[in-house]
Amino acid sequence: MDRAEVDTKIRSLIEPFNKKGVAIKDETTFQNDLEFDSLTVMDFVAEIEDEFDIIISMNQQAEIENYGQLVDAVTKLQAD
Amino acid sequence: MSEGISQPDQPQAIEGEGKDLFSKFDDVIALREGLLSSGQEDPFNLVMEKVLSPTRAICNGRDTILLGTYNYMGMTFDPDVVEAGKQALADFGTGTTGSRVLNGTYQGHKEVEQALMDFYEMDHAMVFSTGYQANLGIISTIAGKGDYIVLDIDSHASIWDGCALGQAEVVPFKHNDIEAMEKRLKRIPEGAGKLVILEGVYSMLGDVAPLKEMVAVAKKYGAMVLVDEAHSMGFIGDNGRGVVEDAGVIDDVDFIIGTFSKSVGTVGGFCVSNHPKFEIMRLVCRPYVFTASLPPSVVATACTSIRKLMHGSNKRAHLWENSKALHKGLKDLGFKLGTEEPQSAIIAVIMPDLQQGAAMWEALIQGGLYVNLARPPATPANMTLLRCSLCAEHSEEEVGEILSIFEKAGKQVGII
Repeated sequence: MDRAEVDTKIRSLIEPFNKKGVAIKDETTFQNDLEFDSLTVMDFVAEIEDEFDIIISMNQQAEIENYGQLVDAVTKLQAD
Repeated sequence: MSEGISQPDQPQAIEGEGKDLFSKFDDVIALREGLLSSGQEDPFNLVMEKVLSPTRAICNGRDTILLGTYNYMGMTFDPDVVEAGKQALADFGTGTTGSRVLNGTYQGHKEVEQALMDFYEMDHAMVFSTGYQANLGIISTIAGKGDYIVLDIDSHASIWDGCALGQAEVVPFKHNDIEAMEKRLKRIPEGAGKLVILEGVYSMLGDVAPLKEMVAVAKKYGAMVLVDEAHSMGFIGDNGRGVVEDAGVIDDVDFIIGTFSKSVGTVGGFCVSNHPKFEIMRLVCRPYVFTASLPPSVVATACTSIRKLMHGSNKRAHLWENSKALHKGLKDLGFKLGTEEPQSAIIAVIMPDLQQGAAMWEALIQGGLYVNLARPPATPANMTLLRCSLCAEHSEEEVGEILSIFEKAGKQVGII
């Protein structure tokens, strides 16, 4: 799957978590813009992991602050 | 994206002095000031002026029933235990002033480790200075860079800190969700070291893990299994060995972590294991090596207490009666509880929010009852909880008294 396809998939997965309907750009941050708390993060990450059959460990999550970084990381992880 | 610890604001620049490193605590300071400004009695600054028994103390000047001390088996004033401590204090002095691997191993340390091996019927026991250090030390030492730790999202802080210190890849799964755990184990790259970390009883809601199924899944994927049994020792299982014993999986578990600061009634932590190479941990585990060992009086009281807990079946039965009576009584009064049925000696009462939880806590303490106020981020799902932990020494009458204090306070605050 290329980056654009991964982007499309994650965009649909994030919808139910994007309660305020924030416009998602690559620079959109999970903590400040989307206001995800730790439980939301866990559920959202679990959805992505199940969809792409990958692990995003907490160590990797710590490096991911915005949407673009997430798409990059997932694109790389699912290609491995 | 990490665990639910409150995140810092952008640190503010202070003119001429650079950044104030404390500005990251401003949110917590504001929350606390907001709570106390209404005249609320501080739930996190209680002083016990006198302790009368395992279940009674003078707190902030009032005669108080203790229902939040984890003193499950009521060993803190056991005459044999107290006497053992006094004797050790007289014979060995106040402290060891040294590490276990240098001058800090006395006869008493070997004896308490032998008591643990006998209690659990395991080959090895290693005693740490606290339960926190036991998790910190064992987890960080056995799971290092490149290894994978799969753990429950509601794990205790000492487990998370052990994971962080060891730099393993940390993969959490939804609380008590067997399928979520299996999916994650399945995805770990072949050849990587795997450690599954579970707790017997989760201390926030007092619920028990489905260890029979979870341990079987962990073994299927070749993972080592560590179970923290801090809140079940002495109470759950035919011999008080914990949920692992009750679930019949104690022989499949690689490490059990426990504490002396709950049922045993003093302070300290431990790990028991049958791993043939376990003794090497004494040389490679930094939180074991680089700290002073427990004082002789503490290991002597722990040793005596553990040996008495082996014969504690009557006390265990009474503690179960207390737990069931309190659970039923609170449910009948209309309180919302953390579990449908009592699963341990912890009964969590769910509060609508922090304000009302704090008001309820205050009404209880003024009525002569101490419970723990637990609040986010330490709680699951950002809940505010009044956590009650029962003691085998609570009498039937005391449980009745506890319920009437709860009823009065609940009506006063308007929760029931």
